Amino acid sequence: MSAVGYAAVAGQIVVVGAGAPLLTGWMRQVRARLEGRAGAGVLQPWRDTRKLLRKEPITPVGTGSAFRTAPALLVATTVVAAALVPLLSTDTPVSSHADLILVVALIALGTVALALAGLDTGTAFGGMGASREMTVAALVEPTILLSVFALSIPAGTTNIPAIVSGAVDEPGRLASPAGLLATAALAVAVLAETGRIPVDNPSTHLELTMIHEAMALEYAGPDLALVELGAQMRLTLLLGLLSSLFVPWGIATGTSWAALAVALVLFAAKVCLLGAVLAAAEVFWAKIRLFRVPELLAGSFLLALLAVTASYFLSGAS
Amino acid sequence: MGLLRRIRETGRAAEPAPPRPEGDVPEKARELGGSVQVRCVDAGSCNGCEIEIAAAFNPVYDAERYGARQVASPRHADVALVTGPVTRNMAEPLRRTVAAMGEPRLVVAVGDCAINCGEFAGGHGVEGAVADVVPVDLTVPGCPPEPDAIVAALRRVTGR
Ligand code: SF4
Repeated sequence: MSAVGYAAVAGQIVVVGAGAPLLTGWMRQVRARLEGRAGAGVLQPWRDTRKLLRKEPITPVGTGSAFRTAPALLVATTVVAAALVPLLSTDTPVSSHADLILVVALIALGTVALALAGLDTGTAFGGMGASREMTVAALVEPTILLSVFALSIPAGTTNIPAIVSGAVDEPGRLASPAGLLATAALAVAVLAETGRIPVDNPSTHLELTMIHEAMALEYAGPDLALVELGAQMRLTLLLGLLSSLFVPWGIATGTSWAALAVALVLFAAKVCLLGAVLAAAEVFWAKIRLFRVPELLAGSFLLALLAVTASYFLSGAS
Repeated sequence: MGLLRRIRETGRAAEPAPPRPEGDVPEKARELGGSVQVRCVDAGSCNGCEIEIAAAFNPVYDAERYGARQVASPRHADVALVTGPVTRNMAEPLRRTVAAMGEPRLVVAVGDCAINCGEFAGGHGVEGAVADVVPVDLTVPGCPPEPDAIVAALRRVTGR
């Protein structure tokens, strides 16, 4: 495999790792401006991370290995998923292993690790957050799987790079009813998986309404830096996956340096745009009641199911 | 969309940033580098100070632009904003909250009550001022202190 392929994998990991705090800072800045605030600046999440890394590490009494390994596991699974998903190039040394089911399993592994850590602290809020997160995850993971299946039926494979390069060659697949239904389903699933409004509020400080934050309440210092970085990287990765699947133009499909550079610029532009749209939408939405969340997620699951059905019958007819 | 029109009409609500407050950055706050997570502890205040703290984080005063952010857990916090005289029932929770924060940590006493029991001095439920219970690094006098004063104290910690 060529040097360009390795550079693409390294580039994906670096862009997701270093870009994730910037994306979060950008989204907070967009939100702040819409709220009439001045905002802390795009670099603020990086400052937070730097500060947390300098702080004293704390391991609360009574916590075990689940609590200690979860931050590293969360970041590690996200890094592996970022290497696999075709964010910059579909032609990388690992692209033959970039199976849809593997990527969803990696994301789920990170979620489970953090949920176990929340249970491990033994606090009321940790356990409550873990149980809520598992409820949401149980509804979200099948939706992600199904909506990508809808795209994998025309491509005839669950290999994500193959789906993406197929869509680049044949844009008609995305404009089909199946493609549109799958987009809507995956967008809702991404919102739920990354803990954004209307499912969860990332900036809340009311413990009773928390889902994701409740599990991280006991983390401090470097561990907290990893948990936050992991969450930010998952957001970047899932927004990247969304843009790769539904706006695949610009992703490098061959082995040329120029295509890779174009892909890098376009990826940054697409994710920033998606982030800005999400941040702006959050200003207009309120968080929905916890008991309504399963209804929303079941709705998105239904869309994904319809997408798969439509994709199966329509592609069978043609 | 009514909200969209409101956003356009209001524009920027944040007031222009006042000049950097006088006074040095406390020794311990140097390491924080422009990022401060704040945990509020109401040790027995009349809630006047809480209203002013809430105002310090609203769009007009916007303490967030200087790198201060409110968090839900003392484990995430670098600064404890303590208000009110410390009541007997809140003395132990306050000690535990400060103990749960990782070093470097600072305690800011907000309001006259937190500094010297103010209005409530000598009350039968009052254990003492904040400094009698935990070491205090900064104080914000006033009953209640203006949001500007609270923002200025936070800026001395963030150094921005
Ligand atoms: S300082 Fe004044 S406003 Fe603040 S708690 Fe005391 S009495 Fe209330």
